[in-house]
Amino acid sequence: MSHHIVQADNLHYTYPDGTVGLNKINFKIHHGESVALVGSNGAGKSTLLLHLIGSLAPTDGDIRIGDFPLNKKNLKLVRRSVGMVFQDPDDQLFMPTVFDDVAFGPINLGIPEKEVEQRVMDSLETVGVPHLIRRSPHKLSGGEKRAVAIATVLATTPDILIMDEPSSNLDPSSRRRLINLLKTFTHTKIIATHDLDMALEVCSRTIILDRGQIVADGLTKELFIDENLLKTSGLEKPLTMQRCPVCSNYSKI
Amino acid sequence: MSNLQNNLFDIFYIDTLACRQSWIHSLDPRAKVLTTLIFVGIVVSFDKYEIAMLIPFFIYPAVAIALADLPFVYLAKKMLLLLPFAFFIGIFNPLMDNKTLITFDLKDIVDLMEFIGFKENIGKMGTIDISGGWVSFLSIMIRFCLTVGAALILISTTGFDAVCLALQRFGVPRPFIVQLMFLYRYMFVLIDEASRMVRARSLRTFDNSNQMRFGIFISMVGQLLLRTMDRAQRIHLAMCCRGFEGDIQMLRAINFGVPETLFTAGWTSLFVILRLYNIPVKLGMMIENLLLS
Repeated sequence: MSHHIVQADNLHYTYPDGTVGLNKINFKIHHGESVALVGSNGAGKSTLLLHLIGSLAPTDGDIRIGDFPLNKKNLKLVRRSVGMVFQDPDDQLFMPTVFDDVAFGPINLGIPEKEVEQRVMDSLETVGVPHLIRRSPHKLSGGEKRAVAIATVLATTPDILIMDEPSSNLDPSSRRRLINLLKTFTHTKIIATHDLDMALEVCSRTIILDRGQIVADGLTKELFIDENLLKTSGLEKPLTMQRCPVCSNYSKI
Repeated sequence: MSNLQNNLFDIFYIDTLACRQSWIHSLDPRAKVLTTLIFVGIVVSFDKYEIAMLIPFFIYPAVAIALADLPFVYLAKKMLLLLPFAFFIGIFNPLMDNKTLITFDLKDIVDLMEFIGFKENIGKMGTIDISGGWVSFLSIMIRFCLTVGAALILISTTGFDAVCLALQRFGVPRPFIVQLMFLYRYMFVLIDEASRMVRARSLRTFDNSNQMRFGIFISMVGQLLLRTMDRAQRIHLAMCCRGFEGDIQMLRAINFGVPETLFTAGWTSLFVILRLYNIPVKLGMMIENLLLS
């Protein structure tokens, strides 16, 4: 794929029960960009991600991934270039061992056996868990599962990485490791998250969704200082941008 | 901690056993699966009243437990859990089949005791009749111990995924193997989910009763089913995102070499010998001859 562009034109989606999931959404994400998708619960983040991997088909409008419009005909081709990390790693890790799980994608891509083994090792080393290769996924801790889930996607060498709440349910040190890891990736990244501090560190651009609509799209640092915008979207300033409660109390004394 | 979660840890333990290092553990899973299948096949092939010829078959589980250093008490507990199934299958036999099969003449016992030097006057002795039902019941219980024991040993020395792999190499249809693998993988997730629901319910049940009302039970099972379906959808999506097109392949180098051939051939020969020759009777006759001579 020549340009790893993700583009939505007038994207609209209505659920079968009549609820509007996405309402005339437009954006264009360029090669290598790191974009945070933020918004309150039910804002449409997950619905949008499901559209980007072709799991939901738009009621109206188009999505283009790279050179191809996303439709049934191009679905397989598009999925080769898009890697999705799910919110719950248990959904993603379905094979008996970590090796089998990470090898699952490359085998389906028809990669020769020896190369698959190398890819599995490389991916696990990238996320820092090569020692887990023979373990069963159900025996791993939350942080380990998340790392392996990312490795399963990296092994398919996607151009675009899509992540749904990657830092949820992680302890602080696992979260820090994840953030540092994400910073090293050169892929085009689209990260749906409530963790605005992570978004601030990892993503230079942010799209704020509210009730299925894009209410803001711009530089993360600029959007996150707009308290009114954040408040009306059901969000609040990242902790790192708020005044330290200890220091501010100290200065009052 | 809830029973559900205890069971979960118990299953974890069998997985841990499968990761141990021993000669049996290192064998190709196909050798162990094949040997176990032959063992089970031969054990169930005996006549329904057979007891004596089944006893020597305990040598296989005994040797396997010793070689693989498996915890006997743990395996025995697992077998006890399943025992009621076999018990209720066999318990009606004594009622249905009350024809006398074995008659012990206690006079023979008196003669034997006199022969070995017991001179006391025992008095008049009758006979003890044992019906065919009790014999077949005992036979069922022995078969249960042998077959379930062999299956537990197979899983504890091989691991469930390796057993699936072996079955796949034996030509078992792929969809069946995939179902088995998924069942095993998501059993842990499902038990975890169910135990969380049970815990949530028990924390809001203030009458200290562990009894669950039928209506609540039904709605919880329904919830679990809905959650399972949701999860199944997400898993399928995750699979499709990584190029799944209906076929799961696994890269595993397994090698059926000399140790595997020796293991399978050795045990199979022994099982066949034990099936063809009544070793306990032959041993008994040998001892009798020795005593008489």
